[in-house]
Amino acid sequence: MRFWIGAAAALTVLTVVTATVQYEYFFFAGYTVLMFIALATAWNILGGYAGYVNFGTPAFFGLGAYTAAVLYKATAAPLALQMAAAAVMAAALGFGAGLLTLRLRGIFFAIATIAVTLIMETVFINWRYAGGATGLQLLRPAPIAPFESYIKMLFVVMGLTAIASVAIARYIERSWIGRGLRAIRDSEEAAEASGVPTLRLKLFACTISGALMGVAGAPMPMYLSFIEPASTFNLNYAIGALASPMIGGTAHWLGPVIGAALLASLQQLITVTVSNEVNVLIVGVMLVVFVVAAPDGILGLYRRLFGRK
Amino acid sequence: MSALLSVRALSKSFGGFAALTEVSLEVAQGERFGLIGPNGSGKTTLINCVSGLLRNDGGSIHFEGREISSLPAYVRARRGIARSFQVPRPFQTMTVLENLLVPSAYVQHMKDVDGEAKAMEILSDMGLGTKAHATASQLSQVELRKLELARAMAARPRLLISDEAMAGLSGAEVDEVLAILFKLNESGITVIMIEHIMQAVMRFSQRVICLDAGRIICEGTPSSIVQNPDVQKAYLGA
Repeated sequence: MRFWIGAAAALTVLTVVTATVQYEYFFFAGYTVLMFIALATAWNILGGYAGYVNFGTPAFFGLGAYTAAVLYKATAAPLALQMAAAAVMAAALGFGAGLLTLRLRGIFFAIATIAVTLIMETVFINWRYAGGATGLQLLRPAPIAPFESYIKMLFVVMGLTAIASVAIARYIERSWIGRGLRAIRDSEEAAEASGVPTLRLKLFACTISGALMGVAGAPMPMYLSFIEPASTFNLNYAIGALASPMIGGTAHWLGPVIGAALLASLQQLITVTVSNEVNVLIVGVMLVVFVVAAPDGILGLYRRLFGRK
Repeated sequence: MSALLSVRALSKSFGGFAALTEVSLEVAQGERFGLIGPNGSGKTTLINCVSGLLRNDGGSIHFEGREISSLPAYVRARRGIARSFQVPRPFQTMTVLENLLVPSAYVQHMKDVDGEAKAMEILSDMGLGTKAHATASQLSQVELRKLELARAMAARPRLLISDEAMAGLSGAEVDEVLAILFKLNESGITVIMIEHIMQAVMRFSQRVICLDAGRIICEGTPSSIVQNPDVQKAYLGA
């Protein structure tokens, strides 16, 4: 109940902010923060709950973005349809890649997911219709009724996506599936011997996680009015999606939300005030500090300092 | 008594190393069965093949008359085969109670409310009742062994395989675990005990098989096994 009140409050804040703030850059930056909340939450379903560290975020994110762009170019489909198609494609990639890689463990799985990213990038570099290596210019359509600018609309859409992702992750965490995923993280053999269909659960987590990443990527071409492979399949998405739950805490759905809100806001601030290069450095430094000083993230630290929950 | 578990001509190799060669055995419903053998003789490999963590290369495994050797481990768990691990593998980030809720949810398909009541019952039977809400990482060695057995029991198995549940425990602790296993057997559960502590196997088992270098070298009552020259040779050398 408290969660839904929180979600409703977040939605209200989003709407009020959209109606009152006039400064366009705020929405441009806010979109990125919300996108990283969605990505980090999606990542955490497989990486946090099940303990399978996935560097494939850009593959899913990028496939979502390209699905939307190609669909828009071909049929001028509305944004909602683009996002739905992105979810389906990214889910299919999650299932397929999962089937091939989820039998691997630890570092081997992580390396395989990097390979998936590289393969996806190569595919789109070589696909002429999708713009190839030079990319694709896209003209934004007019924003839909209550919104006066497209960026404001995308801001709200990404807000809804983030809230939906968190709701799904939270549902999984608290269900029997979540318990099975935790069992897999703690000991896969013991989980299997306790009746947990480990491969099936991992595939489920990988598919859902991938689909949510794809949805988070779908509005990207409209956001930039442009798409090209090198920045779309950038490993920085993988690092951001992985670092946020690590910093916030992987065991609870709130962890990636706190981590991504903190990290992405800080990155936006530094990009504007210092430079884009320093903002990448910040992620590395924060990750090292948290892994050493607070291995269970901000939530773990909070629990240690203030007792239970 | 009909055979609950029937293993026929089971073979398993790792690369060029034959860990098990043509192992055949039968365990009857309700039996207390002991499996002994020196280190590296293939006891745990045999158990891994039966519980499904490893696939056998040759031979067959029948449980309750049905061939199970092509089934994944979780399906075998659901059919009624439970095991404990030699090196305890608790779900570390969970509480003791939550550890038991994994099999009760996935094998018994119980809702948490019912699962918790049943799990608490098992935990107090095992003397872990007071630890139900401690996390598994806070447990002592003997408590971890008991947790292994308790988690196996939460699946309400027909066959319990206890893989060295007593290794490294003190005499009094061995008696404690042994008492638990006797009690489980009385409730109708067939028990296969793998153990190095001879005194425990001899007291517990009705029938014992001794493995050496992946082959069964003899089978019989506990007292006949210790008299067997091959067993003495395997354990003590020629």
